[in-house]
Amino acid sequence: MSTALLLSALVGGLANGAVYALVALGLTLIYGVLHIINFAHGSLLMLALYASWILWSALGVSPYVALVLLAPLFFALGYALQRWVIGPAGQGRDANVLLVTLGVSIVIDNLALAVFGPATRTVDIPLATSTIDLGVMYLPLPRLIAFVAALLLSGGLWLLLNRTDLGRAIRAVARESDAARLVGIRVAHIHAVTFGIGTASVAAAACLLLPSFYVSPDAGYAFVLVAFTVVVMGGMGSFPGALLAGLVIGVIESFSGLWFGPSLAPIGIYAAFALVLLFRPTGLFGARA
Amino acid sequence: MLDVVDLHRRFGGVTALSGVSIAVRQGSITALIGPNGAGKTTAFATIAGFHRPDRGQMRFLGRDITGWRPERIARLGLVRTFQIVQPFGRLSVRDNIAVGAHLHLARRASALTEAEAVARRLGLAADLDKPADTLPIAGRKRLELARALATRPRMLLLDEVMAGLNPAEVAALMPVIREIRDGGVTLLMIEHVMQAVAELAERCIVLAEGRVIATGTVAEVARDPVVVDAYLGEGAAARLADHHAA
Amino acid sequence: MTRWGARAGPPLLLMLGALPFAFPSGFVLTTATLLLLTAILGQSWNILGGYGGQSSFGHALFYGTGAFTTALLQVRFGWNAWVAAAAAIGAGTLVGAAAGALVFRQGLRGSYFALVTLAFAEIARVLVASFDITGGGFGLLVPLHRGAASFQFSDPRLPYWIAWTVVLAGVLLTIGIERSRFGARLAAVRENEDAARALGIAPVQVKTVCTAISAGLAATAGVLYLQIFLFIDAANGFGVGVSVQALLAPILGGLATPWGALLGALALRLMAEMVHAVAGGLAGIDLALFGVILILILRFAPGGIAGIRLRRDA
Repeated sequence: MSTALLLSALVGGLANGAVYALVALGLTLIYGVLHIINFAHGSLLMLALYASWILWSALGVSPYVALVLLAPLFFALGYALQRWVIGPAGQGRDANVLLVTLGVSIVIDNLALAVFGPATRTVDIPLATSTIDLGVMYLPLPRLIAFVAALLLSGGLWLLLNRTDLGRAIRAVARESDAARLVGIRVAHIHAVTFGIGTASVAAAACLLLPSFYVSPDAGYAFVLVAFTVVVMGGMGSFPGALLAGLVIGVIESFSGLWFGPSLAPIGIYAAFALVLLFRPTGLFGARA
Repeated sequence: MLDVVDLHRRFGGVTALSGVSIAVRQGSITALIGPNGAGKTTAFATIAGFHRPDRGQMRFLGRDITGWRPERIARLGLVRTFQIVQPFGRLSVRDNIAVGAHLHLARRASALTEAEAVARRLGLAADLDKPADTLPIAGRKRLELARALATRPRMLLLDEVMAGLNPAEVAALMPVIREIRDGGVTLLMIEHVMQAVAELAERCIVLAEGRVIATGTVAEVARDPVVVDAYLGEGAAARLADHHAA
Repeated sequence: MTRWGARAGPPLLLMLGALPFAFPSGFVLTTATLLLLTAILGQSWNILGGYGGQSSFGHALFYGTGAFTTALLQVRFGWNAWVAAAAAIGAGTLVGAAAGALVFRQGLRGSYFALVTLAFAEIARVLVASFDITGGGFGLLVPLHRGAASFQFSDPRLPYWIAWTVVLAGVLLTIGIERSRFGARLAAVRENEDAARALGIAPVQVKTVCTAISAGLAATAGVLYLQIFLFIDAANGFGVGVSVQALLAPILGGLATPWGALLGALALRLMAEMVHAVAGGLAGIDLALFGVILILILRFAPGGIAGIRLRRDA
């Protein structure tokens, strides 16, 4: 196998991995604070992809501009979901919460199917087809933007959590929700805010993703297991871990596609996921459990 | 019957047990006492197989049980109760006790009959059909004991079965425990209710900061200045002696 | 305590048994056959998720193993359908035992258990879709060969009654579990694993056996599906839709009750038909409704349909 082929698989994997990391950041925030494995994360991504696509096809708004509009909108949606659906119905039981988020994802996926039909949609903006010549391969510009955005977003989330009063409240709830309640923090509110931030992150990811991707009712599902893999491998709740794990997963996928053929490429991801869950459930990178 | 030699156990940087040795004679009631944080519950959890000791050896009925899994130790006849009661919450009291009885009874009907008999012995007959969650604390403590007893153990490790009970409930439970011993079950009990320790235990083992600091009869250890210091603080024994002398 | 499930279950099952006399073939019988398959798959999930307390998101792994094993043995190796069916159920049970032993030995529970089972099912789906021997992207078609010896009947009532018998067997199996030492241990492990261990119960062993039983029943549902439709592909066998279907019925009908899966399967089927009548062919709308119902059940009636109390005499 030629070096050029390996190198281009590596770069392609890293570029995909940046997208995975981007998608997983919101999920890892939600897990780290709420200890909720949000199965609806992929569906929310899909919903945001549609929202961004509608803004583009109806009003000609570029997805990169739509981000500014959709992030707050999806914050509100996430807040409402956690506050009035997932929180009350989960009743604090781990497996219940997972089932509720599964229910939410079933609803969103199938409503999308009913409303938009099964067709695959894409946006056509000049930037989407721009590439950068790396010598061994051409890197699509949107992937580079996604890569930079993943860095910025994880940095932003880190700052939010560690440098603001809201962040302090969120971390207090994450560590000791009973104690946080005692000192007057409204735990249900903070949970909902956290879920909202996670959902806003996934909406941002969707806007950055759309130019080089597509949207269909099952577009989110493709990301669910990948995002979980990233979160678990990176150490649940760790942003740098998620970034690194996203890149690793992208490369794993790219190389298993290279060696086993494209139809078996996802095997690498699922196998990595199962292995990490079974043998290193605290994450590969020694992040906190 | 039970021989624990030089047990060590650390959690992260904290030493919970450092060289604990405990010997319990068959047919006896032995109390394990000591101030809070002395390592009593850790010692129980380690003996019962819930923690693996870092060092040391445990023998029960002549067999080396070091490193055994808890279920295997229980099947050999060494059964613990939990200080913080652990009922099978949504199951009835009858079903809870039957789980214990199933250790030696394969048939459901036999286990349920046995459960009723044990419940009657422990004064839980009226509560048989209630979900375990709905029992008051005294009832749940008895249930904890009943479930363990239904396994027909050779030896019981009782972790504060008296805690949280009012004096009348303590008085009612004491003959039950004596009866269990008379039925051939050896008992090692962690207990803070000193009245119970004094009346029930033939021997006392005092644990402090992960070490055995005294053993003997209740009267002996109560006079031991090392024990008094451990409970009341450094120098307390001397001050008490001065006080008596004055 | 009298509950709706024990009251409504038996007459409902009897009525379903008599249904082919009124509808010897056609749409109603086909719909009812699918209902029975859902009930079997749901009962399988109920054994592990309800009685065992382990929510699986990957029951398709066992169902698909059943369907694909029997299809492979018949199509590629020329086995007799009945022998292949027995082997497929055995294979499903083995896969369940292996998956259970692996996952529970590593101490995974709760959401982690759910996710790892989902990953297993997805691995199976991708593998099956990638190799020609398993039909690749097209699936496996069992050649038409009517006759009792080849487990293919020209009278559609016969496979219906076979499925009905399996539903009955599933109900009896769960009642048997409820009244056995194994069931007592399973409940103990579900409620409190440490307390169970202190009483001499080995949780890994109990949960593994439970997974194997559940998997065997799911594989049976897969075998029946294959013999009725004579076709299976990766999505129908190992797809996430199968796993979702498996958990919807018992959660809606009532977890850890013998009749819950059947009641849930019936309710789901009736609702799907009603939605179909109202919304026509709008794809996905029935599943969206199921999602809403799943959330409502978890929120307001965790006991499901079977848990509804008829009288307050507890």
